[in-house]
Amino acid sequence: MSVLVLAEHDNQVLKSATLNAVTAAAELGDVTILVAGKDCQGVAEAASKVAGVTKVLHAESDAYANHLAENFAALLVELASDYSHVLAPATTSGKNIMPRVAALLDVAQISEIISIESEDTFVRPIYAGNALATVKSSDAIKIITVRGTAFEAAQPEGGSAAIETISIDKDAGLSSFIGAVLTQSERPELTSARIIISGGRGMQNGDNFKILEEVADKLGAAVGASRAAVDAGFVTNDYQVGQTGKVVAPDLYIAVGISGAIQHLAGMKDSKVIVAINKDAEAPIFQIADYGVVDDLFNAIPELSAELDKALS
Amino acid sequence: MKVLVAVKRLIDYNVKIRVKPDNTGVETANVKMSMNPFDEIAVEEAVTLKEAGTVDEIVVVSLGPKACQETIRTALAMGCDRGIQVETDAELQPLAVAKLLKGIVEKESPDLIIVGKQAIDDDSSQTGQMLSALLGWSQGTFASKLELADGMTNVTREVDGGLETIKIKMPCVITTDLRLNVPRYASLPNIMKAKKKQIDVFSPDDLGVDVTPRLETLKVTEPQKRKAGAVLENVAELVDKLKNEAKVI
Repeated sequence: MSVLVLAEHDNQVLKSATLNAVTAAAELGDVTILVAGKDCQGVAEAASKVAGVTKVLHAESDAYANHLAENFAALLVELASDYSHVLAPATTSGKNIMPRVAALLDVAQISEIISIESEDTFVRPIYAGNALATVKSSDAIKIITVRGTAFEAAQPEGGSAAIETISIDKDAGLSSFIGAVLTQSERPELTSARIIISGGRGMQNGDNFKILEEVADKLGAAVGASRAAVDAGFVTNDYQVGQTGKVVAPDLYIAVGISGAIQHLAGMKDSKVIVAINKDAEAPIFQIADYGVVDDLFNAIPELSAELDKALS
Repeated sequence: MKVLVAVKRLIDYNVKIRVKPDNTGVETANVKMSMNPFDEIAVEEAVTLKEAGTVDEIVVVSLGPKACQETIRTALAMGCDRGIQVETDAELQPLAVAKLLKGIVEKESPDLIIVGKQAIDDDSSQTGQMLSALLGWSQGTFASKLELADGMTNVTREVDGGLETIKIKMPCVITTDLRLNVPRYASLPNIMKAKKKQIDVFSPDDLGVDVTPRLETLKVTEPQKRKAGAVLENVAELVDKLKNEAKVI
């Protein structure tokens, strides 16, 4: 089996979600990574060092600078016939591009797999993770997105794959990139953080997230949020953990002022240790938390901050 | 301008689903059904565009058994002009849905298609992108803002790092994210008016589409359940447990 993995990157850095997809791909066969972008030689080199990768395809074009789905899909369709499986991380970029590839190849996509049973059989969550479906594909080429939390990250160093430059330039002429407003943060990315502290509606406003950030910085944690907090405008959409936001599985997840709607639980219930801090003892979040503290978060969080100073000193 | 909106009937988002004991699927008998929440956002966006004078006509489509007409009526009550049902009791997977919608698009020639970014039952998040691909159109997925201009649409998209804006050629397919708008409730007079609006019915055969599933579901199981842990006295005890029992800090 030959497996193609679409690299997630920003033309400068190979994103860690790619490493999880490589681990899934390695279960299926020989792994080739496609790095398509603009001035992304450094990313191609980084991809060639990932353990378990046999080849890197490197495509340069203005058309690939911003991961526009129409152009990427055209490129992947041209390459796909050499592979049994084409995988991408289930990021917003992978989710945007891959169904387009599948439709152009007239095959199904298998979304957000969490386990590989065999070369054609996969497990994927449905109903916000409240059920798991085992599905078997009858298509010649399997188009797959990979849920990162279900597969360990491949080692970023240790490989020495050959880099092959490909000169396929596909500009569908349908779309162009205008600009982005990306959250700049010194903290770890939500999807790869070891510890996450998230706030919900109970935070009352955006300014109050500062007290979570203070705790986050003491723990080296990322800050997340529930949909309610994002809808209310406390924080931006990239903070959202849940069924339709980011799916995370850190070692420690601290839910603060979050009641625990099933849509939120869908995004974090595979965390190793879950802590709930909520003043409502009946909040559903306590039913899945390993440790709960029933208290007003505006008492508990400053106290947590002070206790961490003692414990971590 | 004519807009096509597609809506899916599925288990209401508030229902706690149950896996069937024989592991063939999820129990849908005697369960409250509703319109997919992301599709409500799609309907709302189309109606808002019509109220702004940008859009002249909104056609709403739903695919599936007879009961889908209820979902179409809901969309008509929110402000869509007429409905189309593609009636089938067969299991429909995203590729088949995209092909059926393409068949409708060829009959209706809309300038814009709006669908939800994902259905909250199968969580596939594929249909809009697939439809766009089959039509050879552009796509604006996970949209949180739309600005329609002359032959082009600016789409602000919710992406993992924040927001990005792209400019896409029309006709195009838009898939809606949560922050695009807040869907309205249909008023009683509008619900009454909706009963008189036209719904045309087609079959997959009428559209020449083979809907045979490409993915066979071998089994559906329940995930491992988490158990509730300990409720602690105070934060000091929490920090002690995290450090000395769970060893995560």
